[in-house]
Amino acid sequence: MTNSWADIGWTDLAIIMGGNAAEAHPCGFKWVVEAKANRGAKLIVVDPRYTRSASVADFYCPIRPGTDIAFLGGVINYLLSNDKIQHDYVKNYTNAAYLVNPAYGFSDGLFTGYDEAKRDYDKSSWDYQVGEDGFAKLDDTLQDPNCVFQLMKKHFAIYTPEMVERICGSPKDKFLKVAEMIASCSTPTKTMTSMYALGWTQHSKGSQNIRAMAMVQLLLGNIGVRGGGMNALRGHSNIQGLTDLGLMSNLIPGYLTLPTEKEPDFNAYMSSRGFKPLRPGQMSYWQNYKKFFVSFQKSMWGEAATAENNWAYDYLPKLDVTYDMLRVFDLMVQGKMTGYFCQGFNPLMTLSNRGKLTEGLSKLKWLVTMDPLDTETSRFWENHGEFNDVKTGDIQTEVFQLPTSCFAEDEGSLVNSGRWLQWHYPGQEPPGEAKLDTWIMAQIGQKLKALYQKEGGAFPDPILNLTWNYADPNNPTPQELAKEMNGSALADQMDPKDATKVVVEKGKQLSGFAQLKDDGSTQAFCWIYTGCWTEAGNQMARRDKEDGGTGLAPKWAWSWPANRRILYNRASSDVAGKPWDDSRKLVYWAGDKWAGIDVPDYGAAFKPEQTVGPFIMNPEGVARLFTRKMMRDGPFPTHYEPFEAPVANAVAPKIRGNPAARIFKGDFAALGSSDKYPYVATSYRLTEHFHQWTKHVWVNAVLQPEFFVEISEELAKEKGITKGGWVRVWSNRGSVKAKAVVTKRIKPLMVDGKPTHIVGIPQHWGFMGAAKKGMNPNSLTPFVGDANIETPEYKAFLVNIEAIASGPVA
Amino acid sequence: MAIDIEHQPPVVRARTFVDRYSAFARVNHWITAITFSLLTLSGLALFHPSLYFLTALFGGGALTRAIHPWLGVILLISFFGMFLQFWRMNLWNRDDTQWMKQIGDVVKGDEERLPELDKYNAGQKGVFWGQALMILVLFTTGLVIWDQYFGGYVTIETNRLAALIHAVMAFFAIMLIIVHIYAGIWVRGSVASMTRGKVTGGWAWRHHRKWLRRTVKGERAPGE
Amino acid sequence: MANQSLNLLRRSASTDTPPVTGGQTIEVAKLIDVSKCIGCKACQSACLEWNNLREEVGVNVGVYDNPHDLTPNSWTLMRFAEWDNPDTGNFEWLIRKDGCMHCQDPGCLKACPAPGAIVQYTNGIVDFVHENCIGCAYCVKGCPFNIPRISKVDHKAYKCSLCSDRVAVGQGPACAKACPTAAIMFGTKEDMKKQAEKRIVDLKSRGYANAGLYDPAGVGGTHVMYVLHHNDKPEIYAGLPHEPKISPLVAAWKGTGKVLALGALAFAALGAFFHHTVVGPNKVSEHDEENAAELAEEGKSSKTEARPV
Ligand SMILES: Nc1nc2c(c(=O)[nH]1)N[C@H]1C(S)=C(S)[C@@H](COP(=O)(O)OP(=O)(O)OC[C@H]3O[C@@H](n4cnc5c(=O)[nH]c(N)nc54)[C@H](O)[C@@H]3O)O[C@H]1N2
Ligand SMILES: Nc1nc2c(c(=O)[nH]1)N[C@H]1C(S)=C(S)[C@@H](COP(=O)(O)OP(=O)(O)OC[C@H]3O[C@@H](n4cnc5c(=O)[nH]c(N)nc54)[C@H](O)[C@@H]3O)O[C@H]1N2
Ligand code: HEM
Ligand code: HEM
Ligand code: SF4
Ligand code: SF4
Ligand code: SF4
Ligand code: SF4
Ligand code: SF4
Ligand SMILES: [Mo]
Repeated sequence: MTNSWADIGWTDLAIIMGGNAAEAHPCGFKWVVEAKANRGAKLIVVDPRYTRSASVADFYCPIRPGTDIAFLGGVINYLLSNDKIQHDYVKNYTNAAYLVNPAYGFSDGLFTGYDEAKRDYDKSSWDYQVGEDGFAKLDDTLQDPNCVFQLMKKHFAIYTPEMVERICGSPKDKFLKVAEMIASCSTPTKTMTSMYALGWTQHSKGSQNIRAMAMVQLLLGNIGVRGGGMNALRGHSNIQGLTDLGLMSNLIPGYLTLPTEKEPDFNAYMSSRGFKPLRPGQMSYWQNYKKFFVSFQKSMWGEAATAENNWAYDYLPKLDVTYDMLRVFDLMVQGKMTGYFCQGFNPLMTLSNRGKLTEGLSKLKWLVTMDPLDTETSRFWENHGEFNDVKTGDIQTEVFQLPTSCFAEDEGSLVNSGRWLQWHYPGQEPPGEAKLDTWIMAQIGQKLKALYQKEGGAFPDPILNLTWNYADPNNPTPQELAKEMNGSALADQMDPKDATKVVVEKGKQLSGFAQLKDDGSTQAFCWIYTGCWTEAGNQMARRDKEDGGTGLAPKWAWSWPANRRILYNRASSDVAGKPWDDSRKLVYWAGDKWAGIDVPDYGAAFKPEQTVGPFIMNPEGVARLFTRKMMRDGPFPTHYEPFEAPVANAVAPKIRGNPAARIFKGDFAALGSSDKYPYVATSYRLTEHFHQWTKHVWVNAVLQPEFFVEISEELAKEKGITKGGWVRVWSNRGSVKAKAVVTKRIKPLMVDGKPTHIVGIPQHWGFMGAAKKGMNPNSLTPFVGDANIETPEYKAFLVNIEAIASGPVA
Repeated sequence: MAIDIEHQPPVVRARTFVDRYSAFARVNHWITAITFSLLTLSGLALFHPSLYFLTALFGGGALTRAIHPWLGVILLISFFGMFLQFWRMNLWNRDDTQWMKQIGDVVKGDEERLPELDKYNAGQKGVFWGQALMILVLFTTGLVIWDQYFGGYVTIETNRLAALIHAVMAFFAIMLIIVHIYAGIWVRGSVASMTRGKVTGGWAWRHHRKWLRRTVKGERAPGE
Repeated sequence: MANQSLNLLRRSASTDTPPVTGGQTIEVAKLIDVSKCIGCKACQSACLEWNNLREEVGVNVGVYDNPHDLTPNSWTLMRFAEWDNPDTGNFEWLIRKDGCMHCQDPGCLKACPAPGAIVQYTNGIVDFVHENCIGCAYCVKGCPFNIPRISKVDHKAYKCSLCSDRVAVGQGPACAKACPTAAIMFGTKEDMKKQAEKRIVDLKSRGYANAGLYDPAGVGGTHVMYVLHHNDKPEIYAGLPHEPKISPLVAAWKGTGKVLALGALAFAALGAFFHHTVVGPNKVSEHDEENAAELAEEGKSSKTEARPV
């Protein structure tokens, strides 16, 4: 989230598209309800199904799964052609005026530089024209045909209301109503908030879905203001923390990146992370990358990380490729993996194409699961009739189940979608033999270290030198770990203005990331968390709600970065530093400094005349409508069909799927076509359940006991399916049996002139737990991932359906 | 007020006795009577709060509620037994119509002015058919409102109607039984028919002369 | 809300109103704003948890409603109604939290034959007192909203208590506490009406011309009220009664009827007594006996059973 949950209460218009906030984020959804009740705000829902969110919306518009870019492209086109943009904002705070390399182009659904064999782009033309001075060139009149604004106009011109209707199946009048409501927020005093999640991410072009809305929000001037923003509603209670801490195969904490094989030495690594400003005087905050990186290395390896050894750069693994989930399981199937550690993860139920997963897991020598529950993954070898039809005797994988505590039995912090680190305390002791994850990891770490100590091995240094300064090496406490994340001074830190004054004494906690150094005198495990546990104590445990009703709650918990509640908040005021909307002042120029209710995102003393852009992380200082080379699949979002689609791509008929998306060879062959699988399936969650866990809980099982699929009355009639009857649903990869919920909430859509039916498949059943045994959509989903972050395409695939006499046999 | 000195017969003469009910019929009747009484008590206990104390007789409210319908089942079976035995004798005839017309004389006890009657008078027949009908209605409505086993088979509206009918029927049934019992007491010598099985000839002569005439002739009506 | 001492206003099957003990009690109400409800069932699970109820794991019958009806263990239930609005052509998903309405004139209490099995507190809450319940299901017939359910296990009636145990100690109902969107609110009835007023203005501004408060007068008003977008058509919300009142059948059955009937019975018994007093016993005379004996003699030849003793 750029903003925070409570800030949604300050919006004028909430659009839930690509998510189902009421269903998946019921508590956060209250802020939408508040905004409606207190501000008269409106709510729009755009979803293939009429959802629980839609049930309280002012306007609902249906959309075919996987076509959001066409829809949002239509909105962009509407805003541009009806001149419904916030001009000053667009001109000053986005790269609309930047001139793009004339070699850049787009035709037949492809950007310049596509290499079909590699399914990848040579992105060199996707950049600005840079002048002699090293700065990007601008055309303030926005008239140059190569300026971003003009390119954007041209790029989105094809998404007319008619085209939107043709591709998305959203009736033209409904689309136009949505566009009109959105456009009403182009004035400086009206803001829209975008709330989204998996309905956008789980596509082969997921990142671009989000970018498309980010562009809309920029055109409306809605980023950095109260009640605005791009608000990703995160998933698991600490999934934000997971990404912050870099638990992705290619990241290290604080969104720093792991080196690749092309960066064998530190200089090569740093050369692409210099982030020189692209405009004069810009903050380009990533210029401090080295400080964050060195502090991380010091936190990891302490004394062993020195200037001489480039801060132990060699200790870091160098990636050949990214090891996302899809890759890992593909490698398993290829027989290239020996063992797998599965901690708090139930892939058999939650990753695509279950058949492939069972095949992969069966080829492992060993599998370790660490989980509070008896998961399906840990029982993948057990025969449960039709629910898990495996030949147990043929599976040789040795499975170790390590029972862990669950979040309610732990102490520590959870980071919410709004980047708030909130400290929590255990509700009870873990039951039985369950142990804290940290305890288990410490045991494994200590054993490994002992083995390396004893046997040496090829490269023992990173393990042997790993900092492990915990009072009980076998059981690091959450307090110790949190302090380590925050970081401390390894030497006295002097005041930059007065070299005699010690700001932070050696050994003391740092109070903010501005104190980090690249000379090895500071350590911080996760730079964006610096400030969470200072000498003043645990900031995450603060519980003062008082905020004068602003909803920012600055004294409640702690938010990264620097306890800032709304990112890019300088953009809430115009170039002169005057708030766009006096009734929603956030950060403004008080004559001598930046003041307001939030921590300015910005050097407090930068004068407005200095025109330091509000988007401080970007070398441009402004937000990007055109993303340069940052995205693998193009600098502008463009409509691609899902890999399995009921129609050909209306704007680029020859292209299947996203041409740069992640797909392995075998999985291409496993795709189905619309003649055999005529119906569009999508998968999602239900309020009553949390993933695969709550089916172990009696109450949740009572509230939603049995696996079902949802279809329209029309499809039911066509297929002779009765409400509450059994159906079989199958894709080219697998088949499930389910109860049929026949509903008016799903209606057939007219796509490219033909009626298209949607089959909705909720996620929550399996063969373990208290609820009725059931199946789940991942027996059917394709093994395809987003071009940029490899999130699987769970939300749009093709199936067939038929009525059957009875359900599966256990 | 005149002083009415009752004439005592100077000599006690040998009495004539006439068999009226077999042992089986008597047992059957008293089972019916007892169940009905219990039903009345248990039913009324639930009918009006002022009579709720009657539930104590059945071991409390919950047991009263549980027992009552089962008593009803016994009543139904038991009454059915009586019905098979008596129905023919209770068929309506012209004499009954005449009797009814002279109900005033009946109430006054001026039986001399009434036609000669067979085994039952119109009042008794009324009790018989009235109870037959009402027990049937009580039973069916009773089943409908017997929530423990039959709850949820019909709509609540039907349930409400059944409860109302049940209560109304119970009211009339009890009224009728009050009349019936009173008649048994008022008409001296009647109770003996149901206790010892026989009545005196005089009783039969006075109240059911036609029946007596038949009986002495050894004629038995079908089903008697 | 301040602590609420639970003084009795009414007891089932009793004429005496128990004396008020604690201080003055104010009428409370739960306001369910259907236009804010997202059907998440948090209220349902809170009710199960707080009241320690163990519902069965059921099946899916093609809808989101689970369990499919109120049960002795499910005192509240989300009902999901699918409705095509003929005026706008738009589909609407009307989600209503079903449960006891805590009527001011409770039909359940009126019908209940067991003294003190149903009580109404002065704050308006209608509560079932299980020790006194005999399981007759009269309350089911009495209720205009089809709420009480009789347990097959202990044969007692169950329904929402409006968390009288929580209210008694100054807390709101568990369901209200759990509701993430504050669609369930709790407070004095007056405050809730005011709150509803605001919501109705908002809903009207959004085009729901018939938005209104469901507080049906037919049952004297309720202590659970709904804000409805279509207050003119409550029945579209999964059959919320249009103008609920205690069924005339029930009124006839358990109203004045029962007093009259009882009087009539007593009168009949009394009548019999007076008849006897006035007319005297209907006795067989000696003459009758003689006539009978004569007749018996005559019939002897023809095998009489009448025999002299
Ligand atoms: N109750 C509950 N809450 C949860 C979870 C849970 O399991 N249960 N899980 C948590 C997790 S991990 C996550 S990530 C979040 C996810 O939160 P959400 O993203 O809100 O959840 P989903 O239900 O997966 O998908 C949301 C909606 O996307 C719609 N959709 C599908 N395809 C498309 C499309 O192409 N375009 C558009 N516009 N919409 C589409 C679906 O119909 C669905 O209504 O929820 C979190 N919250
Ligand atoms: N078809 C389809 N598939 C999907 C999705 C979809 O929308 N459609 N959604 C996707 C999304 S967004 C997500 S996030 C994934 C979720 O995928 P998973 O993360 O695999 O799913 P969960 O069921 O949440 O599994 C997490 C496990 O963590 C365990 N756990 C809980 N607390 C602890 C703890 O403290 N320590 C340890 N060690 N374990 C713990 C739980 O018991 C549980 O078994 O599913 C994805 N899969
Ligand atoms: C013939 C079969 C009968 C059945 C199955 C039956 C069943 C019932 C039932 C189920 C009830 C509700 C209370 C409870 O569950 O116990 C009831 C109530 C009652 N029954 Fe019966 N009953 C029968 C016969 C009778 C008879 C013969 C009488 C009396 C003449 C009677 C009088 C009553 C009364 C007065 C009530 C209370 C009604 C009220 O509260 O309004 N019932 N009966
Ligand atoms: C508890 C009080 C009762 C008393 C004292 C009583 C007394 C009598 C007496 C004395 C007779 C014989 C009358 C005759 O033969 O002319 C009789 C007959 C009969 N009684 Fe009762 N009775 C009682 C209850 C009941 C009940 C509850 C029923 C049925 C529901 C019933 C049904 C009958 C029937 C059917 C006859 C035969 C007369 C006929 O068929 O018309 N009695 N009773
Ligand atoms: S995780 Fe808990 S607090 Fe958050 S939305 Fe879900 S139910 Fe509410
Ligand atoms: S908890 Fe609130 S929002 Fe959720 S279903 Fe109940 S009333 Fe509706
Ligand atoms: S079942 Fe209902 S009417 Fe009968 S006693 Fe119990 S509460 Fe009263
Ligand atoms: S809704 Fe029904 S159960 Fe609740 S108080 Fe009213 S009559 Fe009684
Ligand atoms: S008020 Fe209490 S008893 Fe009633 S539904 Fe809510 S939680 Fe359940
Ligand atoms: Mo997620």
